[in-house]
Amino acid sequence: MRVTVPPNPFDHLMKYAQTLSNGDTREQIVSAIFRTSQEICNETVTYTKPSKQYETERLDRIVTSKLWGFPIMLAMLAVVIYLTIAGANIPSSMLANFFGWIEGYLTFAFEKLHAPDWLYGILVLGLYRGTAWVVSVMLPPMAIFFPIFALLENYGYLPRVAFNMDRLFKKSGAHGKQSLTMAMGFGCNAAAIMSTRIIESPRERMLAILTNNFVPCNGRWPTLILLASLFMAAGYTGGWKTFVTAGVVVAMVLFGIVVTLTVSWVLSKTALRGVPTHYTLELPPYRRPKIWDTIVRATLDKSVYVLKRAVAVAAPAGVLTWILANIHIGNTTVLAYIAHSLDPFAHQLGLDGYILMAFILGLPANEIVLPILLMGYLSTGALTEVDSLHDLKQIFLDHGWTWLTALNMMLFSLLHYPCGTTLINIYKETKSKKWTFIAFALPTGIAIAVTFLTTHIIQWLGLI
Amino acid sequence: MTTNEYTIALAGNPNTGKSTLFNLLTGLRQHTGNWPGKTVVHAEGFFTYKDKQYKIIDLPGTYSLYSNSADEEVARDFIIFEKPDVTIVVLDATALERNLNLALQVLEMTNRVIVCVNLMDEAKKKGIRIDIAKLAKKLGVPVVPISARNEEGIDELLDTIDLMIRGAIQTKPIVIPYSRSIEEKIAKLLPLVKEIVGDKYPARWIALRLLDGDTSLLDALKQENHHSFKEVARYASNRSAKSV
Amino acid sequence: MAPTKFDRLSEAEPGERFRIEKLDIEGTMKRRLLDLGFVPGCEVTVLQKSPLGDPTAYKVSNTTIALRIEESSNIYGERIRDDNE
Ligand SMILES: Nc1nc2c(ncn2[C@@H]2O[C@H](COP(=O)(O)OP(=O)(O)OP(=O)(O)O)[C@@H](O)[C@H]2O)c(=O)[nH]1
Ligand SMILES: [Mg+2]
Repeated sequence: MRVTVPPNPFDHLMKYAQTLSNGDTREQIVSAIFRTSQEICNETVTYTKPSKQYETERLDRIVTSKLWGFPIMLAMLAVVIYLTIAGANIPSSMLANFFGWIEGYLTFAFEKLHAPDWLYGILVLGLYRGTAWVVSVMLPPMAIFFPIFALLENYGYLPRVAFNMDRLFKKSGAHGKQSLTMAMGFGCNAAAIMSTRIIESPRERMLAILTNNFVPCNGRWPTLILLASLFMAAGYTGGWKTFVTAGVVVAMVLFGIVVTLTVSWVLSKTALRGVPTHYTLELPPYRRPKIWDTIVRATLDKSVYVLKRAVAVAAPAGVLTWILANIHIGNTTVLAYIAHSLDPFAHQLGLDGYILMAFILGLPANEIVLPILLMGYLSTGALTEVDSLHDLKQIFLDHGWTWLTALNMMLFSLLHYPCGTTLINIYKETKSKKWTFIAFALPTGIAIAVTFLTTHIIQWLGLI
Repeated sequence: MTTNEYTIALAGNPNTGKSTLFNLLTGLRQHTGNWPGKTVVHAEGFFTYKDKQYKIIDLPGTYSLYSNSADEEVARDFIIFEKPDVTIVVLDATALERNLNLALQVLEMTNRVIVCVNLMDEAKKKGIRIDIAKLAKKLGVPVVPISARNEEGIDELLDTIDLMIRGAIQTKPIVIPYSRSIEEKIAKLLPLVKEIVGDKYPARWIALRLLDGDTSLLDALKQENHHSFKEVARYASNRSAKSV
Repeated sequence: MAPTKFDRLSEAEPGERFRIEKLDIEGTMKRRLLDLGFVPGCEVTVLQKSPLGDPTAYKVSNTTIALRIEESSNIYGERIRDDNE
């Protein structure tokens, strides 16, 4: 028996329509629509201040000029970072003091209630301190950085960055709009993964996804800033200190961009071979943002976000770390045991076992790497109270840190695998276990290679 | 029961303030930014006005509704298959000419359209004057000037939505005149298209898409005959309200 | 091959205006360009080159669109030289 599927009536119609149509139908249709809207506009729109039309162009002539385009971009980056560092210092130590003050009362309350030591340990020394740390180190810089960034974004500066940088991305085989997705990465790599949807070509979108974590996200800015100010700018005081710290952080961001371009270039010659696809980029007119609205909103949004993450991720991690640090096997703790077994490998990278373990336990969220590290260190010695940045440096020094350790930790933080949330988003967007794994393994490999080389070259040069 | 919940779609070019308007109407916090492509995942929100429940959808910004990209297909499918009770086309007053193209395309697809000329404050600053009444007459649908960020013109917009829902506004969308050869072809196709789709879809618009060789629409139409709104529903469930 | 009697958009210098005659581009890119206003018969103004020489920004139907040379060299038309340059 033969079953005949009746041809779909639409197919039939389409065939017929195609016999009627010739090559430039679309052009004719679009032209007719354009003509109509031109006619409508001619009758309904009048321009009373012709010179005002050119304000955006006048500004662009400077902002995207051969001479000033790149210096202005660099200056913007430097100024934003400088303001963040300069502004965050005082509120950060105020918050730390504040949390230390509350901790006093908590301790008092626990003693009064005759709470068992382990409960005090988990709740106050683990959970409370972990959360307090994240909040005081993360909140102030992020509450300064993001409003400024939001102002620039709403003013319309980001597309100009894409315009200026386009050639570099094209040369490395990537999409010109990758600079926009990277800019989103400054805020949060996980969100930036979603924003790569503006890149239509799957190949170039994959490049943007795989390299996005080379821009530091809000979970890593504070680590970079803190380490730079404690170790890189150690010899400086006052204004210079901030200045040098900002310089080091800017250098890190630039290094991340160089890595992004290099990795994109290598991938587009190998696993993701292909030529850059065509695209168009609209440069919208500059629009003066509502300054206060934007600032208030960005600050609130970001603060709520940081606090939420702190509670959701840092708190449980704080508890876990405390438990690991307090369960003994033989005469060491589980934490110390893990750290020591990681030591030999970590030393090759100029790190130590605790740092590496902090990165591993920090997989769910980058903002908890530093608190875990500190809790790890503190659990080994007498429990000093941490309420100023100076004590902080002492803790690091007590564990044998040098500026090279700090540099390596910064590099590792900048380059290592994306956080758990980002990996989940990568999986959702690519629907591929293989690419998600590559998104994990590739940066990790690069982080290991770069820190290994840095350590060995610097030791070989006898710089340390 | 959700029988008296009405659906509103926000369409428009990228960066015309759709998300800003969406936030204003729903009280949600979709991210906004002065660059095209900020919203990549469509968002839904709800609001009530004059005792009516509305569901509003922030579609991705597109330059056209022909199938050049996934975004454009999503926006197109939503308007054609989901048949929102009102489609608001958000236009940038400072670049009306380019923006009107999209409005004209929407007007070929549905007559339940309100054209919203946003960024009126920017236009004023630049000395651009728009004769709103004349524009409305030309387009054959209501035109409301607003400034979403400054919350200006929103009451008028809400009232217009309310009137349109209640059937108190008669629209008569402009019919774009095409070249003679195209009009002749449309005339040949029109009866055949009507025979298949009836009143379910705009026949003239489908005839134009057929002439344009738009196979993606064709596939969507075929699908549509089998499973209702599968595409859109899947899109909506996969991509919850989120933007960057 | 490409029509020779026309200039390429990529040859026009910043400040010049250009009337489009023909797009020698296929597929999605052509449709995208049409949607953006690069329509035969329309005028565009060359605004500015990127610091690294490419892409170039054009003013077209009151908006600014940047194109790479791959596209602009396949848009043909006529350069309109302003006398008051
Ligand atoms: N001056 C002024 N700016 C506005 C107005 N409405 C929106 N904006 C700004 O225009 C920019 C774009 O607004 P969005 O709401 O993100 O635009 P969109 O249409 O959602 O853009 P896409 O998501 O990219 O399609 C933002 O910087 C807004 O602050 C307005 O009425 N006046
Ligand atoms: Mg939006």
